[in-house]
Amino acid sequence: MNETRPKMELGKDLIGLEHLSGETIRGILDTAEPFKEISERAIKKVPVLRGKTIVNLFFEPSTRTRISFEFAEKRLGADTVNVAASGSSVVKGETLVDTARNLEAMRIDMVVIRHGSSGAAQFLADRIPSNVINGGDGQHEHPTQALLDLLTLRDSFGRIEGLKVCIVGDVVHSRVARSNIYGLQKLGAEVAVCGPKSLIPASIEDMGVQVFTHVEDAIQWSDALNILRLQLERMNAGFIPSLREYNRVYGVTKSRLEQAPREIVVLHPGPMNRGVEIDSDVADGPQSVILPQVTNGVAVRMAVLYLLAGGAPERAEEAKKGEA
Amino acid sequence: MVREDTQLLLDAGGVEEVLERLARDVAEQGDDGLLLVGIRRRGVQLAARLASILKESHGIDAPTGSLDITLYRDDLHQIGPMPVIGVTEIPGDITGSRVVIVDDVLFTGRTIRAALQELADFGRPRKIELCVLVDRGGRELPIQADYVGLNVAAGERDLVEVRVPELDDGLSVTLVSATEAQ
Repeated sequence: MNETRPKMELGKDLIGLEHLSGETIRGILDTAEPFKEISERAIKKVPVLRGKTIVNLFFEPSTRTRISFEFAEKRLGADTVNVAASGSSVVKGETLVDTARNLEAMRIDMVVIRHGSSGAAQFLADRIPSNVINGGDGQHEHPTQALLDLLTLRDSFGRIEGLKVCIVGDVVHSRVARSNIYGLQKLGAEVAVCGPKSLIPASIEDMGVQVFTHVEDAIQWSDALNILRLQLERMNAGFIPSLREYNRVYGVTKSRLEQAPREIVVLHPGPMNRGVEIDSDVADGPQSVILPQVTNGVAVRMAVLYLLAGGAPERAEEAKKGEA
Repeated sequence: MVREDTQLLLDAGGVEEVLERLARDVAEQGDDGLLLVGIRRRGVQLAARLASILKESHGIDAPTGSLDITLYRDDLHQIGPMPVIGVTEIPGDITGSRVVIVDDVLFTGRTIRAALQELADFGRPRKIELCVLVDRGGRELPIQADYVGLNVAAGERDLVEVRVPELDDGLSVTLVSATEAQ
């Protein structure tokens, strides 16, 4: 039928948002909309990926992302296997090649990979015929997190275009920040970052991103704050003097938010350090969309799995005809 | 060379007449737990029209819902890129209700098979019936309609087009037949 399909340029894999067009990103968000309803049904399962085998290959510890992917996969009817490989022995390149070959030999259809090395997802995608979804690779990208942030912002404001979004915290080590910056800019938002100089990349202004060194200034400017988790090991590495000091200078608190000229929406990718980067009365307050983010995470991941399972874009015409 | 012949089967008045008859037939079976569920996309508009006729002419207040069957299709693995999905909205709990599925054209029956499977994921209705504006024959599954507006003997390559004002130009049913010209 004549339903207009967005021009999607998703290939075999989802590695990052850097090389996707705004139209493709919007197409993924639009596809996520109908998937929200499935998680509200009595029987939360549709048979669209029935018979597909998906491996969740997590080389780094993760609870939220892994569970979210697993729910998304199961609600689409896929069979899933979780492989949790942690520790230093498996983060070597050779091991990843071997893992890839083994997966290929088991005839799986899709892999979700989380890995401590930037580029690991692309590395795997280049070596196996299965669809590969990046569940976070090193300090590179975490595309599905950014997509769920975008969907949550769109739910809150009805649009992304023209929004002022500030990412607060450890931007330099954050794949969430990178994916968010790409996604937000492609959809027409203005992006800023805020944090101690040691945690802001030196060249970030070249990306068209504004830099705030005072969180109060960021709050004056923003429509929404995306507050990153402060990874506690950063303190030991000397990036920040202490957690209490960080909270005093950069913590998003209720009293700081009350100075804002407008109602600010607060996002956090989790897990939160309450009392460090975010105070409890903000996290649990009316401006927080942290739990809707989690709900949207499942819908966005369902959309990505669904779209990637469709295969080659050159067969788009066939798909249209078959829709009658 | 393929030539296309377009034949108007029902104009707007004709469609309205047929819908009134269909509404009367649905109403004759009572209104106990009645729920109309339109299949996306044109079944949704037809279900809404049936509901308004039921209310005006028969005093029956039947809730309506919509069903997008894309995720239940049996050919998704063959067609390449995934089609756009519409939102499914089923009001309340359908367990114990009498669901009338409404669609524009009944052809292979595969859409209805998918709809039955999807409805089962929402609950266990007392009864499910099928109401279609046009039955064009050509079934590939043992499925038939309880209420049929118009029977058309269409060839496999012919196209039966239903237009509704919300999505197209006007309200009509046309048969576009493809014939091999000499």
